[in-house]
Amino acid sequence: MLAYIIRRLIGAVLMLLLVSLVTFGIFFWIPKLAGQTTDQLAAAYVGKAPTAQAIQDTKERLGLDKPVIVQYGTYLKGIVAGQDFKAGPVVDHCPAPCLGYSFRTSQPVLPQLMDRAPATLSLAIGASIIWLAAGISIGVLSALRRGSIWDRTAMVIALGGVSLPIYFTGLVSLAIFSYSLGIFPGGGSYVPFTQDPGTWFQSLVLPWVTLAFLYAAMYARLTRAGMLETLGEDYIRTARAKGLPERTVITKHALRSTLTPILTIFGLDLGLMLGGAVLTENTFSIPGLGQLAISSIGTGDLPVVLGVTLLAAFFIVMINLVVDLLYAAIDPRVRLG
Amino acid sequence: MTGEPFLSVRDLKIHFPTDDGIVRSVDGLTFDLERGRTLGIVGESGSGKSVTSLGILGLHNRRNAKVSGEIWLDGKELVGASPDEVRRQRGRKMAMIFQDPLSSMHPFYTVGKQIVEAYRVHNDVSKSVARKHAIDMLGRVGIPKPDRRVDDYPHQFSGGMRQRAMIAMALSCDPELLIADEPTTALDVTVQAQILDLIRDLQEEFNSAIIMITHDLGVVAELADDVLVMYAGRCVEQASVDDVFHAPQHPYTWGLLGSMPRLDRARSERLNPIKGSPPSLINVPNGCAFHPRCAYATLNGGRSESERPELTEAAPGHLAACHLPLDRRREIWESEIRPTL
Amino acid sequence: MSTSETTTDAAPAERPAPSGEPLLQVEDLGKHFPVTAGLLRRQVAAVKAVDGVSFSVRRGETLGLVGESGCGKSTTGRMIMRLLDPSFGRITFDGRDITALSQRQLRPYRRDLQMIFQDPYSSLNPRKTVGAIVGAPFHLQNVQTEHGVKKAVQEILELVGLSPEHYNRYPHEFSGGQRQRIGIARTLALKPKLIIADEPVSALDVSVQAQVVNLLEDLQDELDLTYVVIAHDLSVVRHISDRVAVMYLGKIVEVADRNDLYERPMHPYTNALLSAVPVPDPSRREGRERIRLQGDVPSPLDPPPACRFHTRCWKAQDICKQQEPPLVALSPGHEVACHFPENTTVSATDLVAKAEAGPSGSGDA
Repeated sequence: MLAYIIRRLIGAVLMLLLVSLVTFGIFFWIPKLAGQTTDQLAAAYVGKAPTAQAIQDTKERLGLDKPVIVQYGTYLKGIVAGQDFKAGPVVDHCPAPCLGYSFRTSQPVLPQLMDRAPATLSLAIGASIIWLAAGISIGVLSALRRGSIWDRTAMVIALGGVSLPIYFTGLVSLAIFSYSLGIFPGGGSYVPFTQDPGTWFQSLVLPWVTLAFLYAAMYARLTRAGMLETLGEDYIRTARAKGLPERTVITKHALRSTLTPILTIFGLDLGLMLGGAVLTENTFSIPGLGQLAISSIGTGDLPVVLGVTLLAAFFIVMINLVVDLLYAAIDPRVRLG
Repeated sequence: MTGEPFLSVRDLKIHFPTDDGIVRSVDGLTFDLERGRTLGIVGESGSGKSVTSLGILGLHNRRNAKVSGEIWLDGKELVGASPDEVRRQRGRKMAMIFQDPLSSMHPFYTVGKQIVEAYRVHNDVSKSVARKHAIDMLGRVGIPKPDRRVDDYPHQFSGGMRQRAMIAMALSCDPELLIADEPTTALDVTVQAQILDLIRDLQEEFNSAIIMITHDLGVVAELADDVLVMYAGRCVEQASVDDVFHAPQHPYTWGLLGSMPRLDRARSERLNPIKGSPPSLINVPNGCAFHPRCAYATLNGGRSESERPELTEAAPGHLAACHLPLDRRREIWESEIRPTL
Repeated sequence: MSTSETTTDAAPAERPAPSGEPLLQVEDLGKHFPVTAGLLRRQVAAVKAVDGVSFSVRRGETLGLVGESGCGKSTTGRMIMRLLDPSFGRITFDGRDITALSQRQLRPYRRDLQMIFQDPYSSLNPRKTVGAIVGAPFHLQNVQTEHGVKKAVQEILELVGLSPEHYNRYPHEFSGGQRQRIGIARTLALKPKLIIADEPVSALDVSVQAQVVNLLEDLQDELDLTYVVIAHDLSVVRHISDRVAVMYLGKIVEVADRNDLYERPMHPYTNALLSAVPVPDPSRREGRERIRLQGDVPSPLDPPPACRFHTRCWKAQDICKQQEPPLVALSPGHEVACHFPENTTVSATDLVAKAEAGPSGSGDA
């Protein structure tokens, strides 16, 4: 078991290295190939109306004149051990994990990410709780009443949920519940939990439900299919043959097997979302990681984009590791190294 | 004891309506079984033998299976009983073991836990008492070091041990009726022999009634007191095990015996298979369902094609459903079938 | 000799005795599957699925390979087909060593070497017609046929007892027995010399099983085929084989002519196997001597040393735990690997000792 965890951790680190390498390559090496000079790159850092001197200073300070591979090495070193940026006599120390400086604000990237993360986290976790609860219970009920009116209606709605894009359902729900009925506040009303839990909650209800609707629909379909398959298993027949009440058969025997594969998918979905639920954040103007990524791409703020990408990859890899460990805990057959 | 048989199945029908038509898996089955006796139900795939066993346990979904007839278990009728009432009989009064012990146990729970669960549904005891009982049962079915194996998962058991564990689970509430559906088909011969011995010994100990469902005539000959041969959802022959093997009355039974390669005799000549394959249960042939495959169907002047033969007594306690006259059957058996076996 | 008879003789009552020359020869063949563990996935052990088996199959004969699950019989069959690469040993087919041939070099041999699988449901592509399935080997091997592939396929379909009209149907329209016939037809397309049949009838109903057994026998007579039949069912093997090899934990413990083996089994394991088969005769239920093996087959990961059967053998003594009995002929054509065989007065050990003491006397085994 321990060997398994260690192997998975090593794998996770390698995965992150690969992601960082690819992202770094895309942002710094490919532009170079495309003919962008280091001067132009440095100019982007300096901001408006760069002077030749400022460009030269920036190049030196950020090490842009060095080969890309050296820069990548410095970047990695920054993440592990922090980095010093010399700006003339002043030395800016960026403590580990250092993800570099934003082109636009000249501020370190990491604090910006940390600033945005809570909004994304609130959105993702809240929504996932709703969609898990709704999706699984609807799926189970549908499977148990297969072919009934309930099942058919639920599946038609689920099909709708899967097919409707979030910016549509999001805008419709805003129009109805916020602008017409005024039950919930409109877009852009997000405040951090620490500041005002009440407003935080109110402002997130619509985004949660909208986002959860899409996923709940997907999970309901998955659960239904998984449940139907499990109900056909021999061990379910055995459980019934033992005389267990149908309730126990479903909850203790069928549900557990049904939920294991769903756990894997959930891990992926949650990981993805923690990197920023771009559409939802945009629709409801929530200042999360997704929005940060979008706006940074718009302004060509490469260090920030790189930072968000790495953070997202980190979430995905970590959550998958947790899921796999959980899997091993649930299914005794996958234990052993 | 009121003179009623312990298990009595009367005109049991289990039909499955489908889009293509009604699947008549079991179409009028009648038999009795006493405590301490073993009934072997023999048939090929699709003969309805497994559907029958699930039907007795009430395991068919009432929404997609139409069950009619009567099943009397120790004086209680089960077909008309409420699902919950039947459930309370399951595991306690009647239990079942299945063909594939690996897929029949939940992979996520330890063997012990699954036995404890079976025991505690019907017995109001603490977990620790139930666990002791589980260990005890595992020991009784011949699992070495049961106090340790009780915490193993099914996949950690070998095939034979798993089937022993299944038997331990089935017998945990001391049921009076045990249905074994191809219990040794997935096992190796040497393990099969162990399991058959075990079932025989346990029957002596518990005095339970056993229904042994199998396609293997060898298993039937080893274990059964009475035999019921099924074809296309109906019983075609029913008799004591000696009669079925030594004086069979139905051409299908002859065919089964002739198809079987044997170990106990050197038979270098060809096997005598039945021609064709078992019919679809949606389109069961008219008249005698076996007539398209029967070598003697033409000896009845067309009766086999048009008229369904009823089970009639060919000899005391020996029922067969065939239009052939009795003496003709005896003649064919003695002159054509027996010498080739 | 026997090759000239193929055209004229219509199913003789008794099969002609197989000619002496071996078509297939297997020498000290083995397959070890590595088991890895730990952080670096080092190989820590090996599953000794097949651990040195030797036998030969003569032209026109049927060799039965029996044993319980995990004895290595299927792995052996797959190695002969070269679907698995042997870990060691040699396979000689039709006079050529095919052990080390690459898949490309093997292609010409694929015509002569065919396999029938157990499951007629999963081994046929459901999207292809019967004609396409049976005709595929012609196209794969670029074989020219006199009246076109369709005619050739239809002839084969008739040969296996299907109708030529079945050419355009799909596998799902057929019953299990008919599907197995399609599977057999596919192997026959290129007139192979050797057919490896891995549990060819075990998925079929009894009545249908007999049809397929008969068909295999008829085809052998008609097409001068050689079979290796792998099966766990001792009755089927007895019926179909000329010679039978019994395997236990990756080794052959006994090989003999069919009648010899079933009437005078020498290895205790063979005796136990035969004794375990239920006899379809209720009058012999009582009074029959039964040998009941205890426990299960040990793991091939860590097979018992010396004689592998000693852990379950009622005759085992110290020598069985220390010295592996060699597979030697105790009577003509009847080879056994046992220190204390049944139904005979000699033992393998004595025979080997005698042979070693005899001519040279250099006693290093």
